[in-house]
Amino acid sequence: MANVTSAKKAQEPAKRLEFSPQAREKIAWLYTRYPTRQAALLPVLRIAEREFGGIGPAAIECVARELEISPGYVWGVFTFYTHYRRETDGKYILQVCSTLSCALRGCQEIVRHLSGKLGIQPGETTPDRRFTLKKVECLGSCDTAPVMQINDDYHENLTLEKLDQIIDRLP
Amino acid sequence: MPYADYKTFEKVLTRHADQPGSHTLDFYLGHGGYEGARKAVTQHTPDQIIDIVKASNLRGRGGAGFPCGLKWSFVPKGSAKPKYLVVNADESEPGTFKDRVLIERDPHAIIEGMLIAAYANGARISYIYIRGEFVKGYCRLVEAVKEAYQKGFLGQKIFGADFSLEVTVHRGAGAYICGEETGLLSSLEGQRGLPKIKPPFPAVEGLFRCPTVVNNVETIANLQHIILRGADWYRSIGPEKGPGPKLLCVSGHVNRPGTYEVPLGINLLDLIDDLAGGIWKGRKVKAVIPGGSSAKVLAAHELNLSMDFDTLAAAGTMLGSGGVIVMDETTDMVSALYNLMRFYHHESCGQCTPCREGTGWLEKIVGRIYHGRGRMEDLDLLLNICDQMVGKTICVLADAAAFPCESIVKKFRPEFEEMIRKGKGHERRVFPVAGGPLIQIGALSRHNQERREEQHPMKESALKRAPAPVGGLHD
Repeated sequence: MANVTSAKKAQEPAKRLEFSPQAREKIAWLYTRYPTRQAALLPVLRIAEREFGGIGPAAIECVARELEISPGYVWGVFTFYTHYRRETDGKYILQVCSTLSCALRGCQEIVRHLSGKLGIQPGETTPDRRFTLKKVECLGSCDTAPVMQINDDYHENLTLEKLDQIIDRLP
Repeated sequence: MPYADYKTFEKVLTRHADQPGSHTLDFYLGHGGYEGARKAVTQHTPDQIIDIVKASNLRGRGGAGFPCGLKWSFVPKGSAKPKYLVVNADESEPGTFKDRVLIERDPHAIIEGMLIAAYANGARISYIYIRGEFVKGYCRLVEAVKEAYQKGFLGQKIFGADFSLEVTVHRGAGAYICGEETGLLSSLEGQRGLPKIKPPFPAVEGLFRCPTVVNNVETIANLQHIILRGADWYRSIGPEKGPGPKLLCVSGHVNRPGTYEVPLGINLLDLIDDLAGGIWKGRKVKAVIPGGSSAKVLAAHELNLSMDFDTLAAAGTMLGSGGVIVMDETTDMVSALYNLMRFYHHESCGQCTPCREGTGWLEKIVGRIYHGRGRMEDLDLLLNICDQMVGKTICVLADAAAFPCESIVKKFRPEFEEMIRKGKGHERRVFPVAGGPLIQIGALSRHNQERREEQHPMKESALKRAPAPVGGLHD
């Protein structure tokens, strides 16, 4: 996370986040499903992702406090995985699959088109924080290539026209 | 050996997958659901189940093709530790999308298989590890598990017997390496998904350092049919040493990409030409990856093969996860390899030096050839690096990167040499809509629309043909 430097953290004391009672209830249930608290880390990060609208240093602190493990450890696990929403991400994360089967069916056109339409490169977020464009690896939907995932939803058999419609119709 | 007859083959795993509501418990019970698990739990001892599965010659469907019954028999008997069952639904091998059909269309078949596997192995706690991207599949599984608990198929005293099972659906978060069984277990323990050295194998010391059976979704889905119809029936489908129905995924340059349930032993040409509708745009085939991107590539003249574990292994490649990626004659193989090497470099967990550095080097060197800055000696360098990677790491990701690299460089060497010779002056064919010049963005949408129109009528007509592609029917 290049944009979250320790210097920045030192300047602005991270705001303290707390889970809502509903989230606590879910976490308590998770503890009953695993023999260790740590094993609930991935699902708890999912809860944090939803709860705080994305994961950043403050959310990491909160998860670490909850699970009684060090924030450094949580940060290490969090950054290993690519699919969590980061607090710097836009409202819609456009994840375009760019592995072989999608590449054979034209995912580059999709990326190029989105890049041109939104004025950002893969990995960037629009200034209004509405869209983040990402090139991701195989989404496991190669038969309907090219494929893009917007937040939780798959959009398959993409054409540029379909793509325009999808983007324009997002609320 | 004759090829398996796929035309008269009666679908087993996906027989209901294209019917509306197939994911609900009501539908499932209406079509003989949970009878296999009931029979297993009420009429057999755990050891009998292991013997039946051994006799069926069922081989794991995740990629390695290890005999399932044998894997189960490694779980120590009489250990005081709890035993775990983990279902690997982290389907992430490029070119593979078979488990998704089962997860989304038939989640109760997975739960039923888990009951049988857990009963046989003495596991009372189980997890389904599903990849983070499959949100719909995750919801379907969670819903199915909930229904199963409500109707008493999970929990305590299942089928009135002294047998209990807890199932938790655990969602991953985007990491290819978590499909490797020990990486998956690390991830399930709340760690980075780093694979662990074997032995000890998970059957002896796996999840939370307890004996753990890890099975692929498709393997698990086969169990109820083996219990209900017997090992002899199962062995009669396809080659005896690795029999059964198999979901094969065809993607890339074919007219009808999709998931096809076929008997193992189908001819690869029949799969591509008949079921998948042949190569698109009337072109010829150039190369096929037969078992997910980690398998060695086959050139056009090598395709007359039986799709089963042993034949493909003898041909120097593997059935792997059954992801068949087809590339037509216009495909730029340097570009295809560059794409794959980027994938493996991105997904290497970074634990072992040969893999962490090796995948990076492969990507970099193939990249410089692709960008017209290659040197002739790079080709031998690539092969040398591959040689330094295979078998030298904790898990097989390094091998998985080296196999396609080695085979593509060896089998398509003239293409690489030509690109190196021409250097930056090389007139690059645009991959993937390959063949034509780069189309300007404005003109592209019409072009694409036309391209889709010529391609899509197939989807409709495909439904009328038997067997229908399951993958085209995600609702």
